[in-house]
Amino acid sequence: MPKLHVTTSVNGEPVEFLCEPYETMLDALRGQLGLTGSKEGCSSGDCGACSITLDGRLVCSCLMLAAEAEGHEIRTIEGMAKGETLHPLQQKFLEHAALQCGICTSGMLVASEALLAKNSNPTEEEVRFWLAGNLCRCTGYDKIVRAVMETAAEMRETRA
Amino acid sequence: MNVVNNKWIGQRTIRPDGVDKVTGRAAFAADTTMPGMIWGKVLRSPYPHARIKAINTAKAEALPGVKAVVTSRDIVDFTIEKGAVMLGIQDMRWMCRNVMARDKVLFPGHPVAAVAATTEAIAAEACKLIEVDYEVLPWAIEIDDAIKDGAPILHEFNKFDGKPSNIMGRIESKKGDIAQGFKDADIVIERSFTTRPVHQGYIEPHACLISVAADGKTTIWSSSQGQFMVRAMTSMLTGIPQSDIRAIPAEIGGGFGGKTIVYLEPLATLLAKKSGRPVKMVMTREEVMRATGPTSGSKSTVKIGARKDGTIVAAHGSFYLQAGAFPGSPIRGAVGCSFAPYDIPHVLSEGFDVCSNRSKVAAYRAPGAPIGAYAVECVLDELAEALKMDPLALRLKNAAKEGTKAAHGPVFPRIGYIETLEAAKNHPHYAAPLGKLQGRGVASGFWFNAGGESSAQVNITEDGNVVVTTGHPDIGGSRAGIANICAELLGIDYKRVSVIIGDTQTVGFSNLTGGSRVLFASSMVVTQAADKVIATLRERAAKLWEIDPEAVKWENGAAHPVSPNAGQFEPLTLADLAEKAPSQGGPIGASVQLNTQGAEGGFGTHICDVEVDVDLGIVRVIRYTAVQDVGRAVHPSYVEGQLQGGVAQGIGWALNEEYIYNKDGKVDNPGFLDYRMPVCSDLPMLDCALVEVPNPKHPQGVKGVGEVPLVPVMAAVANAVHNALGRRFYSLPMSPPKVSEVLDAPTQQAAE
Repeated sequence: MPKLHVTTSVNGEPVEFLCEPYETMLDALRGQLGLTGSKEGCSSGDCGACSITLDGRLVCSCLMLAAEAEGHEIRTIEGMAKGETLHPLQQKFLEHAALQCGICTSGMLVASEALLAKNSNPTEEEVRFWLAGNLCRCTGYDKIVRAVMETAAEMRETRA
Repeated sequence: MNVVNNKWIGQRTIRPDGVDKVTGRAAFAADTTMPGMIWGKVLRSPYPHARIKAINTAKAEALPGVKAVVTSRDIVDFTIEKGAVMLGIQDMRWMCRNVMARDKVLFPGHPVAAVAATTEAIAAEACKLIEVDYEVLPWAIEIDDAIKDGAPILHEFNKFDGKPSNIMGRIESKKGDIAQGFKDADIVIERSFTTRPVHQGYIEPHACLISVAADGKTTIWSSSQGQFMVRAMTSMLTGIPQSDIRAIPAEIGGGFGGKTIVYLEPLATLLAKKSGRPVKMVMTREEVMRATGPTSGSKSTVKIGARKDGTIVAAHGSFYLQAGAFPGSPIRGAVGCSFAPYDIPHVLSEGFDVCSNRSKVAAYRAPGAPIGAYAVECVLDELAEALKMDPLALRLKNAAKEGTKAAHGPVFPRIGYIETLEAAKNHPHYAAPLGKLQGRGVASGFWFNAGGESSAQVNITEDGNVVVTTGHPDIGGSRAGIANICAELLGIDYKRVSVIIGDTQTVGFSNLTGGSRVLFASSMVVTQAADKVIATLRERAAKLWEIDPEAVKWENGAAHPVSPNAGQFEPLTLADLAEKAPSQGGPIGASVQLNTQGAEGGFGTHICDVEVDVDLGIVRVIRYTAVQDVGRAVHPSYVEGQLQGGVAQGIGWALNEEYIYNKDGKVDNPGFLDYRMPVCSDLPMLDCALVEVPNPKHPQGVKGVGEVPLVPVMAAVANAVHNALGRRFYSLPMSPPKVSEVLDAPTQQAAE
């Protein structure tokens, strides 16, 4: 079977690539597109290290076929900072030491951003259940939850 | 060093590698590619135990796209008869057989052959074309099955008590005479416990990319807890000299001990050598779960005798730990650490190393110690209950302190165990009210900590900033700790210090990231190197001022005359001296290599509250406080992070994590859905109380931190569950099916 030609948008930029019909979006991002910020921890949708958004919706890119990106908008960790300016979540993760090894961090940040886009004032419980699809083995989640809650509070203040 | 007025030590600085990690730029092992790169795959045994009668790789080699195939014939054989060849704690006789089975496969997932091909799909297809003729043998996985009479024997050469056996060895720690000790006791409690094998659970699967040039020069990019270990093991297993292997440490996505040995690197090196192409290998999660080291499952019996006033007079522990396919379970940690927090006159602690048809164990955070502490700290809880004593008061009464001789050998110097108990007792958590079906448990733990070989370079750049190179993969923020210390010593802004991890050919030998040794050891060498740099800077200033170097002091990042008597000179900053360096004696820098000594043991005491959902059998941790003597918290956030991460792993071990085997001897839950590690919604905030009793043998007072936090957790949770339900669990995990079973059997006193 010939490769499929996909036309899509990644982090706001138009992108074209060829892929096998069975390849996942994660394969295409890390392979053809050279965007290795999304990580493969399980390839079964259990760890969340490959989290991206598809038209604003949080998905595990290992569970999505690359061909499904056709005509849609993909965002990844590489699109989160604006030039040299970090997203407030990225900055807060650094200040709170909300990462140790860093392998889950891309996915955590993408998932957290998707949460704050839906809910600017999440409770601790809401943060914990939203991030329940993102495994972290290093931090015990404490500093991650604090970083997300504090970012939400600061972003609300900035907006107000 | 003035520890009170530190400017940088103790600050929560932004880690040097932080921005790369929050933007996705950091390069982990699987993120690297090379032109011409091909893909390697491993063919693994489907059987727990079988003799390999023949392997035929012809069909695989003939498949278009296949560039190389290797089997055990290609791996250097360390024969059993020639005796042990040790690299650290690993015997290469077992390592060579673990990376590729020789005469027998010993667990499902054991590598049998490896293929490199132009695509991953072709490599996988080629693996299916390899014909292996197996003679399937009977197998044993659980300890009782492996040590019973007539058990299938994994290693026929091994004898225990004069008979072929899967017990590969026994060690003991002994102090006094336990027979006499138990005679002196008013109360004796003896209980038996089991724990299940659990995996380190790092999110990054093992991965490497390896290139071998026509002249044999080899470059390895891989994620490990030690690039020097990778170089040495790959060299020993492939025959390529160490001087020809450059092992570059990629960023590591978690290890917890599990990346202290090699799996893929020797195979990829041989495939790259045979094919002449760079070879990339990445494990799947299933391969990680089936074929890399979980820690041991265990069975333990602990007997403790005390007087009516709570004085412990005798203790006996026997710990059987699964080693998996090859000898080497962490019995030393179970035997040595379990009783170490207590001053007990008569102790016998024994460990048995049991092989069975399961993947070879790898280190896991304080290897063996959490298993031992689970048993001992649960028995202590029962003892406190029987004596009607507060469990912390019982521990305080028997706590080890300066001068206590531990059963495993050392006489403790100034240690902070009592301080952790006092801090726990006085913590608001310990007095907080509990609700219905809630309970509170406490437990303590000890880990040896480690020193050993470390190297570092401190170089001053031409523009007057600093580059520090160390040899330890940074697994949890150690670069931030080193930057804090270096900024403090040189009296400059933290941001002017760049810390990098050197590869094997650019920095001196540095032992593994493990044993809670990294910040202890590397800050010791960095301190000595920084002192040498400061001495050079003082000499340079003295020469320019034409005064004695002794009359120059280094303060706030600049050379000053020690007093007005030495002369009146404008300070010379690091930048001034760096600029003048070419005409004043050349580059400024120093390199130090040490076998560091003086790592003192660490102690922690934990408080855990649980709530039991009696309808669903779910135990939820609702509050947790970890108290630990951390020596000196050079970067408090990353110290807390170590405590919180260890606690989370322990909660997983206590409540849900376990390897489940099916009737064919295969792991039935080799993925994150069924191997249930704690997720964010499973845990509360994890509070930390840092006690700082500085290590007198370290320039900044540093003690190892990372391992102690896992040691007390399972016992703290188990004791809390008992406090909530009035029932004791003697086996882990306390998962919903088990808890429900006990709750549904109301007459039973205790659950086995």
